[in-house]
Amino acid sequence: MDITLIYYLVPSLIMFCCGIYGFLTRKNMIAMLISLELMLNAIDINFVVFNRFLYPGSMEGMFFTLFAIAIAAAETAIAIAIIINIFRADKNINVEDASQMKN
Amino acid sequence: MESAGSIIMYWIIALSIVIFSVLTVTTRRILRSATFLLFTLFAAAALYFKLDYEFLGAVQIAVYAGGIVVLFVFSILLTSHPGHKSERLVSHRKWIGVLAALAALVVTGGALISRCGLACASLPEMSNPTMKTIGAAMMGTGSEQYLLPFEAISVLLLACIIGGVVVARKR
Repeated sequence: MDITLIYYLVPSLIMFCCGIYGFLTRKNMIAMLISLELMLNAIDINFVVFNRFLYPGSMEGMFFTLFAIAIAAAETAIAIAIIINIFRADKNINVEDASQMKN
Repeated sequence: MESAGSIIMYWIIALSIVIFSVLTVTTRRILRSATFLLFTLFAAAALYFKLDYEFLGAVQIAVYAGGIVVLFVFSILLTSHPGHKSERLVSHRKWIGVLAALAALVVTGGALISRCGLACASLPEMSNPTMKTIGAAMMGTGSEQYLLPFEAISVLLLACIIGGVVVARKR
């Protein structure tokens, strides 16, 4: 059995679809953020796999993933700061309750 | 042709990615969801190791599993009671989610199958990128070298630190 490119793309596709499902159905903001991380990670896997299989001599996909991980960390930190601030104001973090920027 | 051990490793990694990512979005306890996310990220790191990108796998474990998941657990414990279950989903909301996910699956899967010639490329030989080449590529200014994005990200991280402190501090 030869493990080809598509064997890596299918798990990452399923991971991405799980992220879409979670992002649309969850109400808790942190759960939505977790789903977002799933989607980001699926994309990272795709970059690395395409780099490895189609252009093994160069490292563009690897560096793109490296920078994407750094940006994801920054984005998560800011998002969690905002969520904690919303929690402090409203005492809950459901997306449907957070409809006003000021109160 | 790959060795039997490599194929077994592949199936373990692929199955754990699929199972844990499904569990991440279907479990009703948020803390468990974060734990399953951790397992998914570990499986992705194992995938990077398997594809010979050791540095990337190490970064994935250090930044995602060591940083982001800890941040998630920390904020979950701050904002909800442990053991708290989210209420059952309303069915129309659930169906919207299932429909969108299936639509993405069908469209992307169709695109994958229609490019089957490309998608059946087998694993080419590659020498692992050493730390020396990675460092040279990250710190150089020539073609295929990434000093500018590296510096841009360091500025972004600084802005993120300041922004996080400003947003989350007590008034």
